[in-house]
Amino acid sequence: MTTTWDSRLPLDLVARMTGDEKHSPAALSTLDALWVLYDRVLRVSPETATAQDRDRFLLSKGHGPMAYYAVLAAKGFLTPEQLDGFGGWDSPLGHHPDRTLVPGAEIGSGSLGHGLGLAVGTALGLRAQGLDDPAVWVLVGDAELDEGSNHEAVAYAGAVGLDRLHVLVVDNQSATHGWHGGIAAHFDVAGWSTATVDGRDHDALYAAFTQPHPGRPHAVVAVTEPKH
Amino acid sequence: MMRERFTTIASRLLDEDPRTAVVLADISTDAFKDAALAHPDRVVNVGIREQLLVGVTGGLALAGLRPIAHTFASFLVERGFEQIKLDLNHQGVGAVLVSIGASYDRAGAGRTHQAPGDVALLDTLPGWTVHVPGHPDEAELLLRSGVAEDGLVYLRLSEQTNARAQPVRPGGFLTVREGRTGPVLLAVGPLLDTVLEATEGLDATVLYAATIRPFDAAGLRAATADRPAPEVVLVEPYLAGTSAGFAAEALADRPHRLLSLGVRREELRRYGTMADHIRAHGLDAASVRQRVAAFAAAGAR
Repeated sequence: MTTTWDSRLPLDLVARMTGDEKHSPAALSTLDALWVLYDRVLRVSPETATAQDRDRFLLSKGHGPMAYYAVLAAKGFLTPEQLDGFGGWDSPLGHHPDRTLVPGAEIGSGSLGHGLGLAVGTALGLRAQGLDDPAVWVLVGDAELDEGSNHEAVAYAGAVGLDRLHVLVVDNQSATHGWHGGIAAHFDVAGWSTATVDGRDHDALYAAFTQPHPGRPHAVVAVTEPKH
Repeated sequence: MMRERFTTIASRLLDEDPRTAVVLADISTDAFKDAALAHPDRVVNVGIREQLLVGVTGGLALAGLRPIAHTFASFLVERGFEQIKLDLNHQGVGAVLVSIGASYDRAGAGRTHQAPGDVALLDTLPGWTVHVPGHPDEAELLLRSGVAEDGLVYLRLSEQTNARAQPVRPGGFLTVREGRTGPVLLAVGPLLDTVLEATEGLDATVLYAATIRPFDAAGLRAATADRPAPEVVLVEPYLAGTSAGFAAEALADRPHRLLSLGVRREELRRYGTMADHIRAHGLDAASVRQRVAAFAAAGAR
């Protein structure tokens, strides 16, 4: 599929869930970064959704998954019609995603702080099978980083140089106590490669996503407007 | 010793089956040193990070491996329990969790290293097979069968053991001693020898479970079928009453009485030896005999 951002397709798809045609993109902090990942970076499609050598995207921040579902629909993992029943009894699409129900979803999430550990294990598991090529991406929120489980994973992945692991931190400044020194610094001291970019700038996101990081895991901090 | 047998056999399984991986959190790493050299990508030590231990286990399973995660029961099952619930059960993947320490192995270490509630905690989740071997040979057999399948398996190892291995098969209860009219005791794992000694000379049936989940309801029903109102005694090396609901459900359609022996809920706040703790919980042979006799006498009144 060669959908472009200009078509506003993801936004229209989001509206099928929110029922709000004028829904502000500001409320969808993850949408731009997700779109650039799925549209230009991840090597996965509905046809390769179960291929062992596919890239993996793990949505750790399972709260507010409308942008994620919209992108999955835009890329053909879901039909646009499936978005209409969002959260309903007959819908596979919950307010937190369940991997056993959502085509293309690598993990079920909603409880914060689980995706990074699963992503570390996935990257280790691919490497153990000689699959050195697939990339593993995990999206976390800046407030989600409050959960200590993330720091177990960040410290370990940095120490062992797990370079097929990539973290996308969507920073809408919603962490109650903030992150002293900035989020990237916390990855940097753990031995990660980092980039901090405007979370609405598609070209900047693409450049950060594709930045080489030999021998180190890579963290991209996508800064968006503060959560209201 | 069950722990040594586990590390030996798990190392061998790494050689034999490229799907297996061992995940550690700084416990038993010396015993896996050679295996880690031979299989650097499939022996993972995450350091003292037990949430990550289980999260990584879930990720390895998502990537298509058969992970074996191992540390003390308290850190494996209790510390990252939500990781077990979500990173394994909710993701729909399987794994083998192998614990040591059990309920009172480390009496001198105190409460921090004791996990009598582990089986009860796992009972809040669906789909777990729980093995409680009573001998290293049983531990080996149950480890091998657990790794060979795809589901969720908990292998609970202890330093308490029976003198001889039983011819267990994963699943059903074994009848070790058959009485005609007396109580039916279900001895779990390392408490079999205790129960056999406690019932010496009594007209009691002794069943043995090295696998307690799924609970062999049919086995308990068959063993009690001849008795009009069976007296059933559970003797479990973890929290007393953990299997009481399962036994009650198995016998729901017939009158019966149930006594549940196991580790007491109250903290001991005492150190000493494993034998001291076994006595304090009333799980030595003399205490079990006395409690079974009192139970029978209460029923006869």
